[in-house]
Amino acid sequence: MIVLTKDTMQILREQDVVPFRNRVRELAVKIGMSLVNQTKLITAASELVRNMLRYANGGKVILEIISKSAQSGVRLTFVDEGPGIADVKQAMQDGFSTGRSLGLGLPGTKRLVNEFDIKSAPGQGTTVMIIHWKNGR
Amino acid sequence: MDLTSQLLQKHKKRILEIWMQNQLADVMLRDDLMTNDELRRQSEELLEALARAVTSGNLDNIYSSDYEQITEILSDISITRARQGFSPRETGMFVLSLKQAINAVYEQELSDKPAELYREISTINKLLDNLSIITFETYIKGREEVILRQTDEINEISTPVIRVWEGILALPIIGTLDSARTQIVMENLLQEIVNTGSSIAILDISGVPAVDSLVAQHLIKTVSATRLMGAECIISGIRAEIAQTIVHLGIDLSNIKTKASLAHALQLAFSMRNVEVRKINRTPMSGLGR
Repeated sequence: MIVLTKDTMQILREQDVVPFRNRVRELAVKIGMSLVNQTKLITAASELVRNMLRYANGGKVILEIISKSAQSGVRLTFVDEGPGIADVKQAMQDGFSTGRSLGLGLPGTKRLVNEFDIKSAPGQGTTVMIIHWKNGR
Repeated sequence: MDLTSQLLQKHKKRILEIWMQNQLADVMLRDDLMTNDELRRQSEELLEALARAVTSGNLDNIYSSDYEQITEILSDISITRARQGFSPRETGMFVLSLKQAINAVYEQELSDKPAELYREISTINKLLDNLSIITFETYIKGREEVILRQTDEINEISTPVIRVWEGILALPIIGTLDSARTQIVMENLLQEIVNTGSSIAILDISGVPAVDSLVAQHLIKTVSATRLMGAECIISGIRAEIAQTIVHLGIDLSNIKTKASLAHALQLAFSMRNVEVRKINRTPMSGLGR
């Protein structure tokens, strides 16, 4: 896998969400992603960034355009130093939420993107990595 | 009276002349925004206040009462300049060019006493640097006030409730639905339902760029609140890509009436109210015949 461009954005306030989403859209458009896949990626990014703001008071996102066997895609890595997730398996279930939301953020995001990886432990923050390929496969 | 304030008092006139020369010689001089007389008046006022402030002997703490007057003058100047359309550089240069003028006079006066010259210049530099920070702070504050006012205005105008037909309200939502916007949308909608006695509300989300679970949750809440008031809610403007995203996210909107376009939603609303819209064939006799 080759990293073509790399960029980092700090997310500290709710006002940072819209510029961040626009940045993700720019990357998706740059590699020629279709509208449906753009929307899926942006929605997934929006979910994760809201989680970061809500549970960890913000963090940073690494935005990359990657290429693997003649296929390009966008990789987003969300890093926060919040309280972490005690039971990742439980958090990945539909309808589970500690914050009175719909509980669809993490499992829904996983369904929206091609690759999804989460690492978290109590007190050590959370890192979520997602990849969405140009053709959505 | 220490040396700093002595020098400043004694050479006030000369400093002002050099300062004015510097300002007028600057290529960036904005004589289109401010007359030279006005500039001279401002400069003189500031220098007077500075000379008065340093007589207190306090040269470090610009937040003490000795500097109250000078910070007030500076804030005034920078806020007016921000509104008049001066650039940050032009506003900042106002105080920074005073520093150059004072330094030039000190250099002449204390040319034979390098140790004192150094001490005096560094004291006055520190003081003026602090004052120019105030200029920047207030300049940015002036700009931010403009932005905040605009944000409020956008929030106000971006949530109109339109009465499209007897008993039918439409609410086009444009932009991101965050908690604050949802609150305004819901309040406006519920109030308008009461005011007009409407029984159907159409929420059009064509202008919402992304529907994530938080936005969906806000929509569901708005629909529930509308139902509690005895009105029915239709969500329209669900684009193809949004529909797919909602399904993948796993959001259940099945017990909410949804339509792809506002036109379809309006049609549904008409049929719910037993209203029919038909084409009529005009006979040549009925007026508009050509």
